Amino acid sequence: MATTTVPPAPKVNRIGLPVLDYRGGKTTLCAGCGHNAISERIIDAMYELGLKPESIMKLSGIGCSSKSPAYFLSRAHSFNSVHGRMPSVATGAMLANKNMLALGVSGDGDTASIGMGQFVHLMRRNLPMIYIIEDNGVYGLTKGQFSATADIGSTLKTGVINDLPPIDTCSLAIQLGATFVGRSFSGDKPQLNAMLKAAFSHKGTVMLDVISPCVTFNDHIGSTKSYKFMQEHDEPINEIGFVPSYEEIDVDYEPGTTIDVRMHDGAQLRLKKLREDYNPTDKVQAVKMLMEAHQNGEVLTGVFYVNPEAPTIIDQLNLVDDALATLPQERTRPGKDVLDKLMAAHM
Amino acid sequence: MATGEVALSEQQSSPSAQKRIVNDFSIQVATVNGSGSQSANSILLKAIFGMGIPVSGKNLFPSNIAGLPTWYTIRASKNGYVARKQEVDVLVAMNPESAKDDVLALRPGAAVVFEGNLDLPQYRSDVSFYPVPFDKITAAVCPEAKLRKLVRNMVYVGVVAKLIDLDMKAVEAAVRKQFAKKQKAADLNWAAVQAGYDFAAESLTKADPYYLEPMNATAGKIIIDGNTAAGIGCVFAGVTVAAWYPITPSTSVIEAVIDTLKRYRVEEDGKASFAVIQAEDELAAVGMVLGAGWAGARAMTATSGPGISLMAEFSGLGYWAEIPGVIFDVQRTGPSTGMPTRTSQADLLSTAFLSHGDTKHVLLLPGNVKECYELAGASFDLAERLQTPIFVLSDLDLGMNNWMSEPFTYPDKPLDRGKVLTAEDLTKLGGFARYKDVDGDAIGYRTLPGTDHPAAAYFTRGSGHNEKAGYTEKPDDYIQQMERLNKKWETARTLVPKPVIVQDGKSKIGIIAFGTTDPAITESRDQLRLEYGIETDYLRLRAYPFSQEIFDFIASHERIYVAEQNRDAQLATLIKMELKPTDIAKLRNILHYNGLPVDARSLTDQLAKQEGN
Repeated sequence: MATTTVPPAPKVNRIGLPVLDYRGGKTTLCAGCGHNAISERIIDAMYELGLKPESIMKLSGIGCSSKSPAYFLSRAHSFNSVHGRMPSVATGAMLANKNMLALGVSGDGDTASIGMGQFVHLMRRNLPMIYIIEDNGVYGLTKGQFSATADIGSTLKTGVINDLPPIDTCSLAIQLGATFVGRSFSGDKPQLNAMLKAAFSHKGTVMLDVISPCVTFNDHIGSTKSYKFMQEHDEPINEIGFVPSYEEIDVDYEPGTTIDVRMHDGAQLRLKKLREDYNPTDKVQAVKMLMEAHQNGEVLTGVFYVNPEAPTIIDQLNLVDDALATLPQERTRPGKDVLDKLMAAHM
Repeated sequence: MATGEVALSEQQSSPSAQKRIVNDFSIQVATVNGSGSQSANSILLKAIFGMGIPVSGKNLFPSNIAGLPTWYTIRASKNGYVARKQEVDVLVAMNPESAKDDVLALRPGAAVVFEGNLDLPQYRSDVSFYPVPFDKITAAVCPEAKLRKLVRNMVYVGVVAKLIDLDMKAVEAAVRKQFAKKQKAADLNWAAVQAGYDFAAESLTKADPYYLEPMNATAGKIIIDGNTAAGIGCVFAGVTVAAWYPITPSTSVIEAVIDTLKRYRVEEDGKASFAVIQAEDELAAVGMVLGAGWAGARAMTATSGPGISLMAEFSGLGYWAEIPGVIFDVQRTGPSTGMPTRTSQADLLSTAFLSHGDTKHVLLLPGNVKECYELAGASFDLAERLQTPIFVLSDLDLGMNNWMSEPFTYPDKPLDRGKVLTAEDLTKLGGFARYKDVDGDAIGYRTLPGTDHPAAAYFTRGSGHNEKAGYTEKPDDYIQQMERLNKKWETARTLVPKPVIVQDGKSKIGIIAFGTTDPAITESRDQLRLEYGIETDYLRLRAYPFSQEIFDFIASHERIYVAEQNRDAQLATLIKMELKPTDIAKLRNILHYNGLPVDARSLTDQLAKQEGN
């Protein structure tokens, strides 16, 4: 008996795109690298939210992490820039076209060492962008030196012990003015997925520190950025639920156990409290919680701080609605009368 | 008052018999930094300008807020010479600290206006001294003690006005314009000028030969500094993003950009069609420029030598990734802890090759304030046409001093936004290869982020890319891109501003210069002709890479003098890189690098000496 097989239509999202349209080139990172998992989560989040790939600008600095934008969203423009200086490139790009979504991928070396100068000023400006630190505590491309996020007492494969304190990029970002700050783990699929989705709804700077183990140089016993260490020490402070603006918000929850944050675009971030002292709108408490966790040897994950309405640098510049990049000459070159007036003033 | 006794040395003839020197002398005002003499000096300059006499002013100031000596020189020149003049003819000695040295440096016959309680006449018997009781005169016109420090400067304006026959109507017009929005200040300052004038009329006897007479050589002209001119140029070039970090002497470029944008580029709904960000440092400033240029904006920054050094890494990326951007370098001497308020042309080589690897950059070299305006405009067009960072090299002398100029002309061409593909283009083409030489000019087509087409995106990185912007480390791909960039350099050679050539076809000697060396060369060529009988041709460069005219000029002369304001003959070095050995042998150097604006006499002496005089 003859049968005709009709290939099933590919599954598509709410804007009619299959997940394939969110993919990128084949990764050249090591098998098992946490960064690849983060790329997957970015693809999932964008596909599930139905965001158009062309609406994104991918920006990165230098390092293993910064290579990863080549491995997701091939249909988005991407700029692999200079070591530690991606924030300035992102700032310029967003000034040129504020109607884009900027997604920056950096690493712990790219951010916390060479890039610290630009990182802190990016946070201060509350530039609309998602800034992800793929944090593994080591320099991979130069073969395994400690970075500035490595914990005191952690060891390299060679036995070298780190005796300098780590920079906590999350508490730093909160102090400096970032308005959405969280930490996740590349191995925690639901948490990272929800956090990324919420990030796309935020209007200011989102700073996500994602612990992303380096299987080649920093996944051994003695490392505090290994899969095993994270599985044992990951302390989520909240369970993150995200309801995008186009979905109806479910109101069924137990009072007092969750905190709902209405995002700028109407989406809802629902944070189910796992700790008594947790309040995601209180900067001081968030930083205190992070500092105490350090003392206790805990690695907190979750959304630490969120302020959905704080003005961004783009708000403060009061830019015209259209992208500056493509304004027509009539709007960018003043008329001859203006030049005549300026000349007369110098006569 | 015993003015007559000190006014003139015994040996000199009486003033009436002395030859009048008209509209051809320099005034130097020696003050203390922070004493507020800027307005007074500006009024002197503009009043001379108002009399129709060609004039130029130069502020020679220290890196200091207040307290160190500073000099302002004004040159009136009936011949229209606007370069610095080495010799000071009329000194206004307001700074007790520098007064003795200032007086000792004068030529015989010079005039000195000074605070009467300083015993300056003891140092010289061959110059005219005019003692003025500044404090007494100031106190009489300015009851408010705290304003006296500023008003005091206006007294010397009046004294000088009387001594050199400066038209008081022109002075009053300049005072009223300077304090246009402050009627009270205008009245007070004008009263001080008049008091100075009256004192001089009553108590001083003219004994020096320097006089002004009205001319008609400034009608329709403007007076402006190069940085303001450049800032205006950027706005008429449609700049949309400016990122910067403060550094002398470039800061006023951005101040002019901001001022002009705020006045003329805020739309009816109150929103800005521009974004200006004060960056955390120069690395961030140029990073923002490249980010904005990549995303399609007309973006610029302005800096000086130390900032250029910090921009090195990004500049290389801009070259390799082919991203437009405009970078003004208002050159000054040396390093950060050098002489930041002194001028030079010493960033030429370091900027031409700024960064690592086989990088080279297009440089534009304005020689006057009008070109600061025009080349600012050209720089944005070239940046987008050539898809590369463009450096505009001005200097402190051009950027921060006031220069006479023809008024600027409104651009007659539309903005050239370069090769950018839209979504519609992509639909027609079916796709594109970012780094492919489609048109034979080695310039690829680019797309901007946000272009709504599935084939619009490409991945931007440094040199490791093929025609389609795909990652590669293959030798053949690398060579192909390297060669294309070199071919693009040849395209640049045909697009950059041509040199300005003055040539009579007979002279065997050619002079090559650029930037602010120009006015000194113009004067020096006259000196060489009149004093030594040496005729010269002259080529003023306006850009790098060099266009063919430069090589033709060198080939058609026996000896070429390259005049520039640095120690190491940087321009000559750059030219030699592209010359045949026979032509290299023709090149000689004329250098000026003491931090002061170059003067004609220094150039004339060096050239004449090398010509055997």
